[in-house]
Amino acid sequence: MVNAFTADNMGFFNVPANKYEGACASGSVATRDAFMLVAAGFYDTVMVGGVERAASMGTPMATRAFAMASDGHYEFPAGLTFPGVFALLAHLYASAYNIPMSRLKEQLGAVAVQGYKYGKLNEKAHLRKDVTLEQAMKSFVVASPLGLHDCCPFSDGAAAAIITTEENAKKLTKKPVYIIGAGQASSGPMASQQDYLPRIRARELSSQRAYAMAGIKPQDVNICELHDCFTIAGLIAAEGLGFFDYGKAGEAWEKGLTALGSKTQINLSGGLKSKGHPIGATGVGQVYEIVKQLRGEVEAGRIPENARIGMTDTLGGDGGTLCNLILQRGW
Amino acid sequence: MEYKLPWKDYNDALKKGKLLGLKCKDCGTVVANPKMVCRKCAGPNLDIVELSGKGSIKSFTTIFVAAEGRQNECPYTVVLVQLDEGPWTMGNLMDQEPAKLALDKVIGKRVKMMTKVFPGDKYTAGDQARPFFVFDN
Repeated sequence: MVNAFTADNMGFFNVPANKYEGACASGSVATRDAFMLVAAGFYDTVMVGGVERAASMGTPMATRAFAMASDGHYEFPAGLTFPGVFALLAHLYASAYNIPMSRLKEQLGAVAVQGYKYGKLNEKAHLRKDVTLEQAMKSFVVASPLGLHDCCPFSDGAAAAIITTEENAKKLTKKPVYIIGAGQASSGPMASQQDYLPRIRARELSSQRAYAMAGIKPQDVNICELHDCFTIAGLIAAEGLGFFDYGKAGEAWEKGLTALGSKTQINLSGGLKSKGHPIGATGVGQVYEIVKQLRGEVEAGRIPENARIGMTDTLGGDGGTLCNLILQRGW
Repeated sequence: MEYKLPWKDYNDALKKGKLLGLKCKDCGTVVANPKMVCRKCAGPNLDIVELSGKGSIKSFTTIFVAAEGRQNECPYTVVLVQLDEGPWTMGNLMDQEPAKLALDKVIGKRVKMMTKVFPGDKYTAGDQARPFFVFDN
């Protein structure tokens, strides 16, 4: 009832208030639906939000609760956890692209180090600290080959956004941000994705739909908040979105091609790794971040230059729900 | 639409060491973890078949941080196996020392299947069998 109570608490008495479930992508799916409801003319204004309280669950309970987003009959019995899902993908990735594990660990470390670097500047981030490549690579193993610094934390958090008509937005703010593309796609449990893994088919379909609606190409995206729930997930996401060739995203991170000032600046919030992953809030939090980055209203050291187009990428479960939004500055 | 091979029948058979799957009458594709339709052509005309339980490892991970209720099993190894009939399924790898598993010594290895049962807990509706695999030298 958090949806209804939130509306009531804020004084939106008796308005309809829905709850969405798409695991980690819930907030993005809700944002996309809000966008479609306004675009369809059914509502003028929709507030979309997300909230999570996972940090206080403790690791064993949170691990169990999150694992409920995997296949309860055919995959959880083997003891599958979410670090386990992405650890399986990491070994598949190394094997599919013929990258020695020691090299891949370095590349994954580069993703973590960049995440911590920007997250430290982000006043709203969950984990704000310096982590060296050596520390990132040598953290204790959660699910081989992934260590603690490859994994996002269990976070508490909340985020909200107002989706309204172009006309209203221009009245409400001098810096409106337009949703110019949206896509979503689904898949079955992990083993059922056998023909594509380690690529995530639903992401490719979802992002292609978003690019087509926006009339842009991946190369046109200046800033992206993508789903690095685990470091390997960041590589897989950046490739699936079309930013880098398959098997090459790790090198891109190492060369700084994802850093501030590069052509495709990724996770200037610190990403899920450092900014945190409050499951229900993550998708809306990404939208919030892109809007703030486009407006230049983030902390010094992580303000993108000349950013015109931003993108969000959210993955729910083990690839079951994927949702992408493309945002453009409107001033 | 009929559920040809429900979870209960799959679970009961697996507890007896039999891995049941489905074969599509239209395109011949074999489905391991059962669903209502063929995983390739989405056709609903399926026959129940017994799978060999033999195959090769596509990926693995050794889990050191488990979910509540599963901690006593740590560390344990989860594998994705491509069965000889084509489909992938998930299980555990046994008889190996989990901490010593290296990528080049595991991926591609031939395995054969046995069964292990998770007795279930307050979050599950009864027990849950799953395949466990051993190297098939």
